[in-house]
Amino acid sequence: MNLPLWLIPALPLAGFLLNGSVALFSGWRRARKATAAWREAHPGDHGHDEHGDAGHGPGDHGHDDHGHHGPFLPYGERLFYGVVGVLSVGLAAVVALANAVPYALASTASEGGIGPVVQSVWKWMAAGHVSIDMAFRLDPLSAMMVSFVTFVGLLIHVFSVGYMQDEEGYGRYFAYLNLFMFAMLTLILADSLVVLFIGWEGVGLCSYLLIGYYYDKDFAHAAGKKAFVTNRIGDFGMVLGIFGILALFGTADFSFVDMAKAGAVNGTASITVYAVCLLLFLGAVGKSAQVPLYVWLPDAMAGPTPVSALIHAATMVTAGVYLVARCSAVFVLAPDALTLVAWVGAGTAVFAATIGLAQNDIKKVLAYSTVSQLGYMFLACGVGAFGVGMFHVFTHAFFKACLFLGSGSVIMAMHHEQDMRAMGGLGRKVPRTYLTMMVATVAIAGIPPLAGFFSKDQILGAAFAGGHLVLFAIGLLTAGMTAFYMFRLARMTFYGEFRGTPEAEKRVHESPATMTIPLIVLAAGSILVGFLGVPEALGGANRFVSFLAPSLATAHPHHLSHATEYVLMALSVGVAAAGILLAWRWYGQKGATPEVPSAAAQAFYEKTGALGRLVENKWYVDEGIEAAVLSPFRRIGTFLWRGFDSLVIDGIVNASAFLVELTGDLVRFFTTGNVRNYALSFTLGVLVLALYVFLR
Amino acid sequence: MALPFPLSDLLVILPELILSELALGILLWAAVVKRERERALAWASLASLAIAAALLPVAASFAGELPRSAFGGMIALDGFSLFFKALTLLAAAVTILFSLRFVGTSPYPGGEYYALLLLTTVGMMFMASGTHLVSIYVALELMALSQYVLAGYFKQETKSVEAAAKYFVLGAFSSGVLLYGLSLVYGATGTLSLGGVSAALEAAPRSTLLMVGVVLVACGMLFKVASAPFHVWAPDVYEGAPTPVSAFFAVGPKLAAYAIFARIFFDGFGPRSDDWAPVLAASAALTMVVGNVGALMQTNVKRLLGYSSIGHAGYALLGLLAYRAGGAAGQPEAFGLWAILFYLTAYLLMTFGAFGLVVLLEAKGYATESVDDFNGLWKRNPLAAGAMVVFLLSLAGIPPTAGFVGKYLLFSAALKAGWPALVVLGVLMSAVSLFYYFRIVRAMYLVDGEGEVRWREEPAVAVAVGLCFAGTLAFGVLPQPLIALAKSCLLP
Amino acid sequence: MEGAAMNAVVPMTVPLNAFLAVGTILFVIGLAGVLLKRNALSMFLSIELMMNAVNLLFLAYARMRGDASGQMVVFFVIAVAAAEAAVGLAIFVALFRAKRSIDVDEIASLKW
Repeated sequence: MNLPLWLIPALPLAGFLLNGSVALFSGWRRARKATAAWREAHPGDHGHDEHGDAGHGPGDHGHDDHGHHGPFLPYGERLFYGVVGVLSVGLAAVVALANAVPYALASTASEGGIGPVVQSVWKWMAAGHVSIDMAFRLDPLSAMMVSFVTFVGLLIHVFSVGYMQDEEGYGRYFAYLNLFMFAMLTLILADSLVVLFIGWEGVGLCSYLLIGYYYDKDFAHAAGKKAFVTNRIGDFGMVLGIFGILALFGTADFSFVDMAKAGAVNGTASITVYAVCLLLFLGAVGKSAQVPLYVWLPDAMAGPTPVSALIHAATMVTAGVYLVARCSAVFVLAPDALTLVAWVGAGTAVFAATIGLAQNDIKKVLAYSTVSQLGYMFLACGVGAFGVGMFHVFTHAFFKACLFLGSGSVIMAMHHEQDMRAMGGLGRKVPRTYLTMMVATVAIAGIPPLAGFFSKDQILGAAFAGGHLVLFAIGLLTAGMTAFYMFRLARMTFYGEFRGTPEAEKRVHESPATMTIPLIVLAAGSILVGFLGVPEALGGANRFVSFLAPSLATAHPHHLSHATEYVLMALSVGVAAAGILLAWRWYGQKGATPEVPSAAAQAFYEKTGALGRLVENKWYVDEGIEAAVLSPFRRIGTFLWRGFDSLVIDGIVNASAFLVELTGDLVRFFTTGNVRNYALSFTLGVLVLALYVFLR
Repeated sequence: MALPFPLSDLLVILPELILSELALGILLWAAVVKRERERALAWASLASLAIAAALLPVAASFAGELPRSAFGGMIALDGFSLFFKALTLLAAAVTILFSLRFVGTSPYPGGEYYALLLLTTVGMMFMASGTHLVSIYVALELMALSQYVLAGYFKQETKSVEAAAKYFVLGAFSSGVLLYGLSLVYGATGTLSLGGVSAALEAAPRSTLLMVGVVLVACGMLFKVASAPFHVWAPDVYEGAPTPVSAFFAVGPKLAAYAIFARIFFDGFGPRSDDWAPVLAASAALTMVVGNVGALMQTNVKRLLGYSSIGHAGYALLGLLAYRAGGAAGQPEAFGLWAILFYLTAYLLMTFGAFGLVVLLEAKGYATESVDDFNGLWKRNPLAAGAMVVFLLSLAGIPPTAGFVGKYLLFSAALKAGWPALVVLGVLMSAVSLFYYFRIVRAMYLVDGEGEVRWREEPAVAVAVGLCFAGTLAFGVLPQPLIALAKSCLLP
Repeated sequence: MEGAAMNAVVPMTVPLNAFLAVGTILFVIGLAGVLLKRNALSMFLSIELMMNAVNLLFLAYARMRGDASGQMVVFFVIAVAAAEAAVGLAIFVALFRAKRSIDVDEIASLKW
């Protein structure tokens, strides 16, 4: 089929323009009609300030959906926005699949894959000897990305139709969502780092606007700052990285990947390659929320849940991984940089997972889980298994989007309550949400044969095979913790007794079909997509990774014997199962609260004393684990969360504020407003410069 | 009596001549026109600018082969000067559109205002053409003197007069220093024509006195483009001057100053570039830091944009430093220079756009435009807020805007010319700049506020801002035609 | 008039360096005046002094070089200085009307 690639980003852009202009026009008309009346009806629109600092302290909870409940839009207008928003992304998905699927079939059919399809739309700029085309590229990597991004994006758009229906800014919401899709698809399909940078900045801007869109007060004061500071640091690295690539290869289009593979680096100064890799990785760290720039992502959960699902789980945050994979050929030239990638990834994975253990806000758990899973992806890239890392990007998109949308459905059912301590027993009340979320939970926990198992297991296998035993151990530990906190979430939300108020219990309701159907599709995806990459040890051909191989650097030729792989699989499944059982036991007890997770154990001590403890060693083990492993971890998690996040990162923010103060004083010192001082500074400037040439 | 120059030389300066005549005509007309019919003067001024613009190609075609030198080497007409003249005329036209209501509703008659604006434009056009230090000096003063008056045009506003007084004292002071530098250059080379200076520098050994002269000239130029450490006047003047005039100051004089800066330092002092390049590099570094860091603490939008324009002057200096950087396949191709041409065009569009929205956001009193006035703007006027976001993104150098392309070109040129440290600093400062640009975005999108500031519906300004908006996006998405134009303007 | 001819007709009695020294000293005095005077008019006069110092330098260099263009510059500078005086004085009058003072230390409402 001959549908040009540029259609894929252009369709959401058209949707943005259409929805945006209609929303603009109708908003303008409504404002003219009803400004005065509306203001009288809503004397104070500031009723939410008491929830001041969401995200600071385990007790309080972010509010997802307490935005401006203005007058509902007329049905026809809402329908229009929804149809345009969904249709534009839907058509983009059709075009994407029409391009990607035949490409993938042809590529897998032929030996060694087929070359990339590059379509230049126009010459963007020719600067000096570097010419940059507005060109799109279809190769295994982008074909894979574009397929799942449009597909998951479409489902999230459909979900939004139901989820956002009560919002005043319905039209603008879809406009921004479409703009985001445009930017993301540009990022993916770009054939040059400079074009990629358009999307890179675009997704950042859309994310910023979408988070702050309805939920301004909290975000504007705290989260906005963090998101901003961290993203600027990341962008700084990214821009310098692009210039570095230009300096190294004399081009920024992805032909440099082939040049790097062939070893044709200008100058071949390894320190330069190393620096460029570090800079690009800095950009990736900022975008993909890795330590130490991860802080903005949990705060970004202030945005509407579908936005969290789309931007902060499935697509945008994986852009950093995509960048590293895209530039993998350069990274392998700097093995030290790759090692750093692996360690940052592993560190983030375990670090965020520990924090996840201590969260009570359902979206915060998922947010830290996302950070942790992104760490896995970087770990994979760092040990040279880029294909496996991208496989995890792919599977993660399905189950994490499902989890986020499911949490959105739960939050909606709970009327914007996000604290899991006020939930419980929802499984019977929201059966479709419950079932789909459980599927995704099992998938992320790494239980075969769901998607998460295959990708996670291969990451651990790659770490092990590469001889990175510490990294492997960290990954394994993280797998256990992931299973633990995810089942803790499931247990606290869907099982047991309802812990909220009786009124709240009565109002719990299942979500409409526009929301549950995407959940079902995503749950099905969470079950199925893993089979695209079944490893050889399990009788598969690992088609996914071998399909991606032409786009990526040659992976390390580490091969494990099937026996070893079986052992590793058993180990990872075993650890996950242990985490699940532990969570199930602790959070399944009647009357249990998160503050006293082992109430049963405490009661047991009181009855039986020390002897009973020894006899009943089941509890002893639990306690032992609690005391020896989990409690410190939880403490560390809480400490890190409070200490690091609040202290260090706020410290950085404050330090930058201090820096501004300081420079402000300097500016004040020089810009006194007195013209004689200006003349003096002028004269001093002249003297210094004249002295310089005089002494030269 | 025989003229000391061929009559056809007059054709070379035809646009300037006609524009001066029209400006004087408008001045005369202003003496008799009724206050309420002054808007006609504005339209007449716009028409004059249009006529001058239309005469540019006429002059170019009559002048024969470009570059065409005239008046004994005082003036030259070439692609470079035509490019700058066109930009200057555009800047003046946009300023007039911004000024219509501002001047119309003020207690001050508008006639002289428009005449002065046209005369300062004439000065800038001559600057773009000057190839002799004397003609450049006189043109510079024609521009500057008109501007001192424009800054203080709202003479009952203390801020306006204060801005004018400061601008005047420092401007006159800087031209004194500039003149002293010129005298040293003259003493060392015996000539003031740029070609002569260049030839003398090639031949003569390095003399310290001469280099001091060159540095003093550089200081005068750096003052005009508002570069550190000669920038302190700029924020004060931008804040105090009437907003349309501030917008004009942030763009027009800088364009012209960059034109003569480039010409003096390449055509004149080029052979000694090893000596003056470090001076410019130091100033560029300092300017980028001072401008961007200084803007961080500003609450007044005009002042903020003033500091931001200082930062941009720093980026543009990178282009001057890199003017020799080659292009494709080892051809010498003045990469830095056409990067500046592109960048200044982008700068014109985005700065005027941002200032135009400040004009629209006319506050209660005079010059109290605080960032808070933008609070909740997207609810009141989403289109304006969206346009502002684009201008600010462009100023910060985010794709796909003209500002990004311009910055990319400048930084590439600087890299190619061997100034990587300055590029790193520039990228860092661009990252910093987002902080203060986004304070406005935050105010517009994330802060609730009805704002006591009235939003004026003003078609003329809206049209001008719309043009800037279209240009900012168009040259970001399709920069190649402008790049090609800028390149072709530099070919001999 | 050719510079070389002038040299021949009027022999130099004062050495060139003296002109340069006087010009430079005058320039520095003017510069110091701008930096030290608080009265806007005095500052302006100091600037005029700077310009006239430069004029002297141009004349001296023109003599030294035997080149008339230096003398031409002086006419331009004088003309520009006259225009500058007109504009400057007008601004100071406006300043005085607005502030009842032309002490530059008292005009600092625009700062930082």
